[in-house]
Amino acid sequence: MSGSMSVAGTVEAAAQVVLVAAGSPLLVGVMRQVKARLEGRAGAGVLQPWRDLRKLLRKEAITPDGTGPVFRAAPLVLTATALVAAGIVPIATTASPLDGAADLFAVTALLALGTVALALAALDTATAFGGMGASREMTVLALVEPTILMSVFALSVPAGSTNLGAIVNSTLHEPQRVASPVSLLAAVALAVVVIAEAGRIPVDNPATHLELTMIHEAMVLEYAGPDLALVEWASAMRLTVLLGLVANLFAPWGIASADTAAAALAALPLALAVFAVKVAVLGGALAAGEVFMAKLRMFRVPELLAGSFVMALLAVAASFFLA
Amino acid sequence: MSDVTYVRLLDLACGAFLLAAVLVLWRRDLAAIVRLFAIQGAALAALVAVLGVHEGLDGHGAELLALGAGLAVLRAVVLPRLLRRAIVGGDVRETEPLVNVAASLVVAAGLALLSYAVTRPVVALEPSPAVRAVPVALTVVLIGFFVLVTRRRALSQVVGFLLVDNGITAVAFLTTSGVPLIVELGVSLDVLLAVLVLQVLTARMRAAFGGTDLDDLRELRD
Repeated sequence: MSGSMSVAGTVEAAAQVVLVAAGSPLLVGVMRQVKARLEGRAGAGVLQPWRDLRKLLRKEAITPDGTGPVFRAAPLVLTATALVAAGIVPIATTASPLDGAADLFAVTALLALGTVALALAALDTATAFGGMGASREMTVLALVEPTILMSVFALSVPAGSTNLGAIVNSTLHEPQRVASPVSLLAAVALAVVVIAEAGRIPVDNPATHLELTMIHEAMVLEYAGPDLALVEWASAMRLTVLLGLVANLFAPWGIASADTAAAALAALPLALAVFAVKVAVLGGALAAGEVFMAKLRMFRVPELLAGSFVMALLAVAASFFLA
Repeated sequence: MSDVTYVRLLDLACGAFLLAAVLVLWRRDLAAIVRLFAIQGAALAALVAVLGVHEGLDGHGAELLALGAGLAVLRAVVLPRLLRRAIVGGDVRETEPLVNVAASLVVAAGLALLSYAVTRPVVALEPSPAVRAVPVALTVVLIGFFVLVTRRRALSQVVGFLLVDNGITAVAFLTTSGVPLIVELGVSLDVLLAVLVLQVLTARMRAAFGGTDLDDLRELRD
């Protein structure tokens, strides 16, 4: 029984990784298309990010003079952490064979590892923009990580475990918990930090180059060709994983959590489809929101993130107040 | 109403009540602060109404429902409208916090933990769902005091005063099984009068001195 379960779990985890790897550029495409339509432009089409990646992959790999192994390894580390995160986060299944590692701390640390690798690479180039981007990214990261931990803590108090799969399962069994103030506060806090972590609009503008306000783009300015393709692909995957995490923590319906291997495998295609729809809806809403918002001044960003931290802390406190 | 729904609705109203108070610290825009105050008034009214429906619609519960309706009219409609009129008259649109926003928010989190710690004996007296929510109401009182201390515009000080009052009202309804109608009427009238007086005072101050920054007013000489 447990043997066949783990085989089924492996298949499901592999399907998750493939879906995220293939689907994340499409998600970016959908978001750009939504934005373009709302701004009255025709848009480049949903497939454009994949075409960009293909174009970049065919180019020659170039590294700037004076950069070392840190610069060359960073895209690989970033992509690897994103792929592993896609495998262990409960996206389509809660029975992944890596379930023991699907701990809240492990996932947060994995995502932070990718960010730190990229920041080190930006410092390695020794350009002004790279250093500036790295310092800003570290500022944002230092404020984002505690909030992610706190808000998922708030959800793990009623579930009694910090394992993401266990949290999702317990929400599936007690759906009325989603409407509690604990869960609502945590949802708002997590949404804000996901926007910050993914470098979307009130915090960072993903659509511009060479602005004095940019964060993520400033770090990857020196990358070209296949390396740039890897960085962009990994960024898209991180966005997908983070949006998927939000979707499945607060609306886990459709995820495959059957007791037998055969039933779990049968539920897999539906689970993958439901996940794709959920993430596309969240991404579309995010893009639509971006059209109506301006980027915050860099000095106001800590206020926004402090606010989301307080909400996460109140969510944890409320899970004791109102238990 | 079943017990589970009652607890959910009560918690939801308390959550909205607390969140509105925290967001008052977050926003600088005076108009947004007044909107948040209106939302908090509505949450307080919903809280009282939920308690009323739980008591049963005959007798005491009906009285609570009537009180809830009265609170909604006063705190979600009348007081915010008065405050908004005070903004429209002035040229100042943003608060000037003495403590910056990020630090204020962290202080708010600390106040929440403090009120949880100090209300534990009260909660231990009768751990019903309503009494368990008392720390939320006390947090709002403390945040109101914090707004009074750290915000310099006269209008944001009025909002701080009203936050304290909202919090005290919530404590009263959560700990007792309901305040007598006549007491609540008296308190509400007092609050309304206080806000009217403060509004007239603010308008007079602006007409005489041109601004309502309380630190400048302290240095006035004739």
